[in-house]
Amino acid sequence: MSDKHLIVEGLSIEFGGQSVVRNVSFTLAPGKTLALVGESGSGKSVTARSLIGLAGAGARVTARTLSYGGQDLLALSERGWRGLRGKGIGFVLQDALVSLDPLRPVGKEILEVLKTHNWGDRRSRRERVIELLEKVGVPEPELRARQRPDQLSGGLRQRALIASALAMSPGLVIADEPTTALDATVQAQILQVLQEIKARGDSLLIISHDLAVVAQLADEVLVLRHGVVVEQGPMQQVLRNPRHPYTQALLDAVPAEHARGTRLSPQGSAQAVAPRPAADSPVLLKATGLGKRYTAPDQQPRQVVDDVSFELRAGRTLGIVGESGSGKTTVARIVLGLLEPDAGQVQFLGHAWSGVGADRVLEKDRRLHRRDISVIYQDPLSSFDPRWSIGQILADALDVAGVSASQQPARISELLEQVRLPADLATRRPLQLSGGQRQRVAIARAIASNPKVIICDEPVSALDVSVQAQVLDLLADLQAALGLAYLFISHDLGVIRHVSDQVLVMRHGKVVESAPVDVLFENPQHAYTQRLLGAVPRLPGAGSELVVPPLEAESTAWLFDESQLWKIAI
Amino acid sequence: MSALTLETQLPGIRVQRVARNVRLGPLLAFGFLLFVIIAALVPQLFAHSNPLAIVPNDAFHPPGWGHWFGTDQSGRDIFSRVIYGTRQSLLIGLAATALAMSVAIALGLLGGLGGPRLDRGVNWLLEILFAFPSLILALLFVAVFGSGIGPLIVATGLGTAPGYARMVRGQVLAVRHSGYIEAAVALGHPTWRIIVRQLLPNAMRPLIVTLTMGVGQAIVWASALSFLGLGAPPPAPEWGTMLSMGRDFVANAWWLTFFPGLFIVLTTLSTTVAGRYLQQRLEGRLS
Repeated sequence: MSDKHLIVEGLSIEFGGQSVVRNVSFTLAPGKTLALVGESGSGKSVTARSLIGLAGAGARVTARTLSYGGQDLLALSERGWRGLRGKGIGFVLQDALVSLDPLRPVGKEILEVLKTHNWGDRRSRRERVIELLEKVGVPEPELRARQRPDQLSGGLRQRALIASALAMSPGLVIADEPTTALDATVQAQILQVLQEIKARGDSLLIISHDLAVVAQLADEVLVLRHGVVVEQGPMQQVLRNPRHPYTQALLDAVPAEHARGTRLSPQGSAQAVAPRPAADSPVLLKATGLGKRYTAPDQQPRQVVDDVSFELRAGRTLGIVGESGSGKTTVARIVLGLLEPDAGQVQFLGHAWSGVGADRVLEKDRRLHRRDISVIYQDPLSSFDPRWSIGQILADALDVAGVSASQQPARISELLEQVRLPADLATRRPLQLSGGQRQRVAIARAIASNPKVIICDEPVSALDVSVQAQVLDLLADLQAALGLAYLFISHDLGVIRHVSDQVLVMRHGKVVESAPVDVLFENPQHAYTQRLLGAVPRLPGAGSELVVPPLEAESTAWLFDESQLWKIAI
Repeated sequence: MSALTLETQLPGIRVQRVARNVRLGPLLAFGFLLFVIIAALVPQLFAHSNPLAIVPNDAFHPPGWGHWFGTDQSGRDIFSRVIYGTRQSLLIGLAATALAMSVAIALGLLGGLGGPRLDRGVNWLLEILFAFPSLILALLFVAVFGSGIGPLIVATGLGTAPGYARMVRGQVLAVRHSGYIEAAVALGHPTWRIIVRQLLPNAMRPLIVTLTMGVGQAIVWASALSFLGLGAPPPAPEWGTMLSMGRDFVANAWWLTFFPGLFIVLTTLSTTVAGRYLQQRLEGRLS
């Protein structure tokens, strides 16, 4: 086992006669990193899993060669696989929260791997766990080893998962979407941990849909689409001079690399860039000194939103960017009148909309203007009544807008057309649609009442990069056509840069910086903004190196789940 | 070319057989329930003799061609009595479940929608009701208001209500805090409309299944109370009462208790199987 090459030749995977991966070949040498890039359903995850014998029940894996370190993987028995997993090949699963046992301290989880492979004795195993946690940059490893996953932040959980994959010092580590769903600064830290693995001379196979992440790590890139390799080559070459149109489309879809007004998705006419409305268009929505405290059951009261003020002008987009727990969703809920603030007030179209004490506004009075403001959520599915078809969901929104029942069918077709969905979708149920289609339905519902303002709360965070591109393009088109103003909330700086006119950076409930988008991104004033921007991975040639924020930023993580803040008007 | 095959799927034949079994159970259950309902509505269709007619010469006839289920100590035809008893048992089951559900919905809505203080009150009341063994509660009720069908229904209904009330409350709370209710508020729907059009239907949806099973449970309950002599007085053709009457002769004439017991078991089993089937169908459509 001196030569630790991973050799894959002509790998194909079928499920019940249906081919999901066809004829994939690559070689991974020690100390090198290979990236499998593609969207959901491209077969990248199942390819990676087949390398550890976990392609899934009913999978038929065939290959001319499938070997690691000279060992023929195809000939392995289940027992043989178990000996290899963890020991020869470490696997970092995508979702640390789901992949870690919620009832077991993370230290035990790592200990388990060592025990399974009979590593050392009791004492040396314990020392090894602490050493591993230290290695992946977990502060206070003795304390953290005793904590359960729910007591750790997302970044720490991901580190613990990586530590368990590294436990037996495997020569090859496979990481499936290791940074998806992590905040920018945390993502940068995890990328650094992965870079260190590489620097130690181990091989790394990473799976990602995010080309900017891939650019930070990979030596070689393999672009998969519908189970077929469409492009394969050195990272610089593939990302700088892509030869396949699909690779180009993926690159075009990265919002951070494209200025406002340019299109991200290939389809659709190359529309002329609509002129931006002047910065002095009338103010529609004005928030002054908003504050919200929240007391968790066993914790100190926390100021989730602290003195937040802003103005949203007609036809323009105000981006609010911040990491999880920064209070941005709480601001959205206050602005929507779904949560009463503890301080400050909101004015909408010149009317009192929300306030405290004498300024308090009753839902009954807000209802008059509800049709002028609507919302798009990150998870559209949970915002649809599970009993209703798409047509019923839209009809329900049209009811409020005062569209009579006889006019509704025509208007529903019109709405579906506006969000570029086929009209026959009206009879389908949300569960039968893809994530991108569901978000389009949510957008159709949001524009049904011809609103002036739409609050977009992480509307593209759960979507693949090319679907995200299409949805962002759609939102831009609708803004131009209907003169909408967006309050656009996201943790993704690239998305915020692409859509916003004005940006508000939030941290721990406070606004740390507010500026026009170009000013903010070219010349950030606040240290936090600078750190946030530095942590955004970029494509090669786009400029600056990744700046990894200091660990302190996360070990004092603001562990607060905004979804706990349920208190609505009914 | 070497091949690695991971085939852990069941062979085709076995899968098919499992699928057929899944279908047969609910089919039989729905079939039996249909039979029970028809028997309750028009017992004359199946039973040709009077369930109360006394024929002393025919006493303790074992099951046979003349009397399918045999006769009792007074020569009454057991088959007729079981068939005629269907109406009463089913009526008690349905009425008691309906009563339990009404009380449960009222309490559940009060708790789920009424705000924290009211919710605490409702919870407190439910805790007390739970602390009482339900049978004691029902016995207490019958003791105060006398025996008979009416008090039997009320006793059974009240005895089973707290369990349902907790479910309703939980459902209402879950639906109330769901994304689609928030979306409805954000759209600007009036509160009453959201409650009627979205909250109630969604909260009640999983209860349809529980309700189906609840009818069977209520029949067992009512039979138990009748067996204890607190329900329909003998010689009324009621399953629980018949069990109670046949108890003295169980060593010599097993059919007096066997057939009413069989019908109680089959009816309850059918409602449970039918309920589970509905549950699978509904959840299958939801996820």
